[in-house]
Amino acid sequence: MTNHWIDLKNSDCIFIIGGNPAENHPASFYWILKAVEENNAPLIVVDPRFNRSAAKATLYAPIRPGTDILFLGGMIHYILENELYHKEYVLHFTDASFLLDPNFQGPAELDGLFSGYNAEKRTYDRATWKYQTDANGEPLRDPTLQDPNCVFQHLKRHYARYTPEMVSKVTGCPQDLFLKVAQTFAETGKPGKAGTILYAMGQTQHTVGSQNVRAMAILQLLLGNIGVAGGGVNALRGESNVQGSTDMGLLFHTLTGYLPTPTAKDHPTLKAYLEARVKAAGKSYWQNTPKFMVSLLKAWWGDAAKPENDFCYDYLPKLPSGDFSWISLFHAIYEGKIKGLWIMGQNPAVSGPNVRMERAALARLDWMVVQELFDTETCSFWQAPGVNPKDVKTEVFVLPAADAMEKAGSIVTSGRLIQWRPKVAEPPGEAKEDIWILDRIYRAVRELYQGSTDPKDRPILDLNWDYGDPPDVERVAREINGYWTQDVLDDKGNVIGRKGDLLDTFAKLRDDGATASGAWIYCGYFYDRDDGTGHFMPSCKRRGTKDPGGLGIYPYWGWVWPANRHILYNRCSADASGKPWNPDRVLIRWDPEQKKWVGNDVPDFSPTKDPTEPGGDDAFIMAPFLKGRLFSPLNEGLFPEHYEPLESPVKNLLSSVQSNPVAKIWNVDADKPIGDLVGDRERFPYVATTYRVVEHWQAGAMSRWLPWLAELQPEMFVEISTELANEKGIKNGERVVVRSARGEIQCVALVTNRIKPMVVGGETIHVVGMVWHYGWKGLATGPSANELTPHVGDANTMIPEYKAFLVDIRKAV
Amino acid sequence: MDTMKVTRRQFLKLTGAAAGGLLLPAGFALADVPRFPLHKAIGEKHSICPYCSVGCGLLIANDLEGHISNCEGDPDHIVNRGGLDPKSVSVPQLSKSPLRLKRPLYRAPGSDHWEEKSWDWAIREIAKRIQATRDATFQVKDQNGVTVNRTEAIAFLGGAANNDEDCYLASKLTRALGLVYVEHQARI
Repeated sequence: MTNHWIDLKNSDCIFIIGGNPAENHPASFYWILKAVEENNAPLIVVDPRFNRSAAKATLYAPIRPGTDILFLGGMIHYILENELYHKEYVLHFTDASFLLDPNFQGPAELDGLFSGYNAEKRTYDRATWKYQTDANGEPLRDPTLQDPNCVFQHLKRHYARYTPEMVSKVTGCPQDLFLKVAQTFAETGKPGKAGTILYAMGQTQHTVGSQNVRAMAILQLLLGNIGVAGGGVNALRGESNVQGSTDMGLLFHTLTGYLPTPTAKDHPTLKAYLEARVKAAGKSYWQNTPKFMVSLLKAWWGDAAKPENDFCYDYLPKLPSGDFSWISLFHAIYEGKIKGLWIMGQNPAVSGPNVRMERAALARLDWMVVQELFDTETCSFWQAPGVNPKDVKTEVFVLPAADAMEKAGSIVTSGRLIQWRPKVAEPPGEAKEDIWILDRIYRAVRELYQGSTDPKDRPILDLNWDYGDPPDVERVAREINGYWTQDVLDDKGNVIGRKGDLLDTFAKLRDDGATASGAWIYCGYFYDRDDGTGHFMPSCKRRGTKDPGGLGIYPYWGWVWPANRHILYNRCSADASGKPWNPDRVLIRWDPEQKKWVGNDVPDFSPTKDPTEPGGDDAFIMAPFLKGRLFSPLNEGLFPEHYEPLESPVKNLLSSVQSNPVAKIWNVDADKPIGDLVGDRERFPYVATTYRVVEHWQAGAMSRWLPWLAELQPEMFVEISTELANEKGIKNGERVVVRSARGEIQCVALVTNRIKPMVVGGETIHVVGMVWHYGWKGLATGPSANELTPHVGDANTMIPEYKAFLVDIRKAV
Repeated sequence: MDTMKVTRRQFLKLTGAAAGGLLLPAGFALADVPRFPLHKAIGEKHSICPYCSVGCGLLIANDLEGHISNCEGDPDHIVNRGGLDPKSVSVPQLSKSPLRLKRPLYRAPGSDHWEEKSWDWAIREIAKRIQATRDATFQVKDQNGVTVNRTEAIAFLGGAANNDEDCYLASKLTRALGLVYVEHQARI
């Protein structure tokens, strides 16, 4: 989230698309309804289903799964066409005036493609995807926004094709409803007004998932809704600490704090890594990457990390070329490349895409370790229905783990708020905390390598790992926070930092080895601060309830990364001269007397930079040219363009390019019963999507085993419209077979009026919805929706296309 | 203070304070607030819900064995203000479930059953598997002579329901072992 949960109350219009917070983030609805009731804020919900959030909406519009870019692009078109954008904001804070390479062409000129496409390799040559720059590398600009090569004019031409007629034809949303949504949300483009967009996996789990998010960002930049209270692009994240697990780098492409994992090709040495990263940073705050990276290496390899050995940079694994994301990982298991799999609190045998294939992969492992609360489908994949254990050679170790109440530590909300959880219960039997398990495994591995003189074992033997026995989670927290590794004096001999003392801010991190910090964005989270009543404690443990300004910022409650800054890019909440757009919602303002930025939030800007000086409106400090990016190169192009999902019931009506031309597609065993199979509309005429219910959570390990929740939602179901049910002779509650190219499942039909048939390009299209929580273990059991979902991924993130694929459905006999 | 207008939040605070024997503001009519014979071995503690990403506050009460006897919404929490959903209120069932794993389990190749094992045995055997696979597949330099210190034969998954500190140690340890296949639910 650019903003945070309580901030929803400050909004003048709430727009939910591809998310269902009433169901999946129930407490957020308190703040959403506050905005509705107290600010008269319209609540817009756009979704294939009339879901629980829609039930409270002032305006609901249906949409066919996988057509969000057309809907959002149509809104962008409407806003540009009717000049409803926030002109001063767009001019000062975005790249609208920047001139693009004159040879750059887009889908409007090239029938759905951008310049540089290589059909054979399914990639783009990005030579023309750039700004025109002067001798100093500064982009050329046209502040009148009239030059045909400026970003603004390109954006206008690109979205000129996204007319209300086209929106309606492709998305299935009636034109008058679409226009109502566009008009209502465009109202927030007026200076001083704020509109927020809330989204979840309904936006991201598509072959165009990244571009869906880009479309929302463009919309919000045009309306001046980024960096203001009540605005933002706000991802509603699915798990209690998926934000923290991502911050900590549990993805192949990032180390902690979003430092990219080094690759063998581009980053063979520390020098190469830092030069490449500083170059990519442009003028952004990422210029400080050397301080973040060296501090990380010091945290990991301690005294062994010295300037003369590049702070043990060689110890970090370097990525080969290729993809190491989820689906590729399971293919590597399937093909026998990966021998051992170690899992901490996840249930991929239910949550993975095309999960029959991913379960089959598990049986090809030599060994698997699982840290878990229950004997999940993943732990017991070798005794799944239809599997003969004798045929499965995989050794399985299951380690009983303490649950969230049975150990101490911190977790992070979607709004980047870090809150500390004390231990409040004893774990059952011999169950242990995960840090205890990790610590024990490390110690045992180290013992095996003890005495080794092989250089390959140095990363293990030199690892800076001493958290006590049993390990003390606060010692881990202090390392993540960061500390001085030595006494440091300034020029005059004054002490800046004392060895061992915690750092209060990442601004003090250094690239000379004098500081260590496990995750730079968390620098300060465990530093002792006042809770607003004079009591000092580690920042993330605070429970201070003062809210100066009344905007719900609560600066003394927990700690928000980065720097306890609650609303990102908040420089944009004030105009070019530093005066807040909305005097009732002051995040920061320039005080000419004190010559600094003051207000209710921590400035996301140089705190003493005068707004009238050059660069005084360079508000996006993490972007290379310090401006909000309407133009941003992702793998499939610069502006979001509509393509159909890989499995779609219709032809792309916008261009002749049917699906994302660079989507990640796998082709293993595509001719076998289990494999990377793709369905067509002849065999599988209905569009399917997946979703969740409030009574269950994710793959069910923490809900399907609990009696209350199992009783509330006991069984797998597929939701179908009354019209489709009538057509197929299916009654509510009857058992049906749902089939895709990947497999078939049997479950109960839930016949509702929440899903309606849609008319797309003159044809009637039926949409069905499935919950994805179920598996064969636990108290509430059922087949997994993911037995039907495809192995195909977004071109940038490789997230699977769970939200739009094709199925057939029939009555079970 | 007009005792007729005591809100639920204030009421909880007052009764909590009375049970804890804390001093009340001078002049406050304690007699107006009923005393309950609360026997809590540990008392109520604050926690945060382990399900979605809103981060709602919980008030957890323990029984004498240190198990959770009650869970309700924390009325002072800035986000949820006492409200909870069906999952959050089920937190005690998660902690007290008889179905929870209590001992390390091992399943041998081709076997049709679990064997209970000791922690020492399990950790030692896991460490041996990690070492054997790592040593058999470890690449110090790639074909261009670049130091890469990696193994592509071990993968790690998980973490979205774990604490930051769990995830941090997992990230640090897996990279120190040379893993490149590190992924979790956030990807999918």
